[in-house]
Amino acid sequence: MEFAPKQDQSENTVSIPVGGPIQRTQYPYVTGTSVVAIKYKDGILMAADMGGSYGSTLRYKSVERIKPIGKHSLLGGSGEISDFQEILRYLDELILNDNMWDDGNSLGPKEVHSYLTRVMYNRRNKFDPLWNSLVLGGVKKGQKYLGMVTMIGVNFEDNHVATGFGNHLARPILRDEWHEDISFEDGVKLLEKCMRVLLYRDRSAVNKIQISKLTEEGATSFPPYSLKTYWGFSSFHNPTVGAEGSW
Amino acid sequence: MSKAAVDLPPKGGFSFDLCKRNDMLAKKGLTGPSFRKTGTTIVGLIFQDGVILGADTRATEGPIVCDKNCEKIHYMAPNIYCCGAGTAADTEAVTDMVSSQLQLHRYHTGRESRVITALTLLKKHLFSYQGYVSAALVLGGVDCTGPHLHTIYPHGSTDTLPFATMGSGSLAAMAMFESKYKEGLSRDEGIQLVVEAICSGIFNDLGSGSNVDVCVITKGHKEYLRNHLLPNPRTYINEKGYSFPKKTEVLMTKITPLKERVEIIETGDAMEE
Repeated sequence: MEFAPKQDQSENTVSIPVGGPIQRTQYPYVTGTSVVAIKYKDGILMAADMGGSYGSTLRYKSVERIKPIGKHSLLGGSGEISDFQEILRYLDELILNDNMWDDGNSLGPKEVHSYLTRVMYNRRNKFDPLWNSLVLGGVKKGQKYLGMVTMIGVNFEDNHVATGFGNHLARPILRDEWHEDISFEDGVKLLEKCMRVLLYRDRSAVNKIQISKLTEEGATSFPPYSLKTYWGFSSFHNPTVGAEGSW
Repeated sequence: MSKAAVDLPPKGGFSFDLCKRNDMLAKKGLTGPSFRKTGTTIVGLIFQDGVILGADTRATEGPIVCDKNCEKIHYMAPNIYCCGAGTAADTEAVTDMVSSQLQLHRYHTGRESRVITALTLLKKHLFSYQGYVSAALVLGGVDCTGPHLHTIYPHGSTDTLPFATMGSGSLAAMAMFESKYKEGLSRDEGIQLVVEAICSGIFNDLGSGSNVDVCVITKGHKEYLRNHLLPNPRTYINEKGYSFPKKTEVLMTKITPLKERVEIIETGDAMEE
């Protein structure tokens, strides 16, 4: 789970409490909010907003939280941005080593997901987690794959995934409205619906979203844009109608 | 200790006497008794002609479902209903209390109750208990000034909204509302949306479940649809049935009343209204 820096914990170095094990406590500084992804007819669609929050301030507004990995995968990450960049470095090395074999074979999404799970789980066992929830999606040889790994190493594969607040707000919508072989336009509309609800109800969301798609041909990132919001309900304009003076 | 201390009558309101001792015990590791919570999804929305309220029917005691079909939509006045989430006892008691206060007020004024009256009585009570009365409510009704929908939080703050959700399943239900609500819904569209939101809570939240209750309030008319939808029927029932061992045979039944039933005939004047 990703939270703003806690005020009550003050240690981020090695501490040795009396009679207990050595612990490295950590809390995230610059965080990204939810990522939502679905499988569609030709591959994977992933959406995330472009905000990096520093506690309760919106510090960075052009953070790309979805990156292509190798030829077959897309990685989306929420949580600590520096840890996400570290993971990108690890994966870079992984893909480089794979390419050096030059054997015509390349790492697919299932393999990358498995690698990420091991990395995350091992770090949490050392009490030094990478503070991220990652979404890994890809297509290889016609097989679509979409999986998720959290900072404690929980991993699973599904037709639609979301991280952070998206679990509570976007998942119900996806469970209701996703269906097998959804078209590209419908998929984008569905993701926009989820991102709009997140924009209304998640305090760390930003109205600048980026959608990326991945098909057999490769990854495409669409330019970022903002969603239209509606605030014209009559109750919003005049909440105290009939009850002057109340609130 | 002086035994001659005067015993003052209790002044009312929350008594904070035991808080320090409870705190000390909690630090030593004693876990207090858990409350029966309703771990809920409750929703309300304003449609063309009035207000529709919805609720699930599961009541939980920690990890166990203690009531599969409880009623979370409480009566406040003929034109006002209130859904309650949080501690079951608190929501019941608070809505009961305000309901009787409203009735007395109706007798006193001779007029239909207004939703903001109920709102002010509830928020006054909850604020004075500083959040210890754990009741989160969705209050809706139609009065002479029109349809109203409010949410009331345990600490006493209120909101006036076109659509509202509360409880543990509120995010799942709000996801449905935020994506599908628009103004001027018809009655059937409104009920459909409320049912969708409650079902979203039932299927995506572990604290909510069982059936859907709906209450439609319009000017001068209300419809309480108890168990409007049953999306969780018992599917696997043993066809063979259950065979119980043979009971003792009843030979004769004789009922002797302990007290004589006396008929009282009213004499004198009837009680004045």
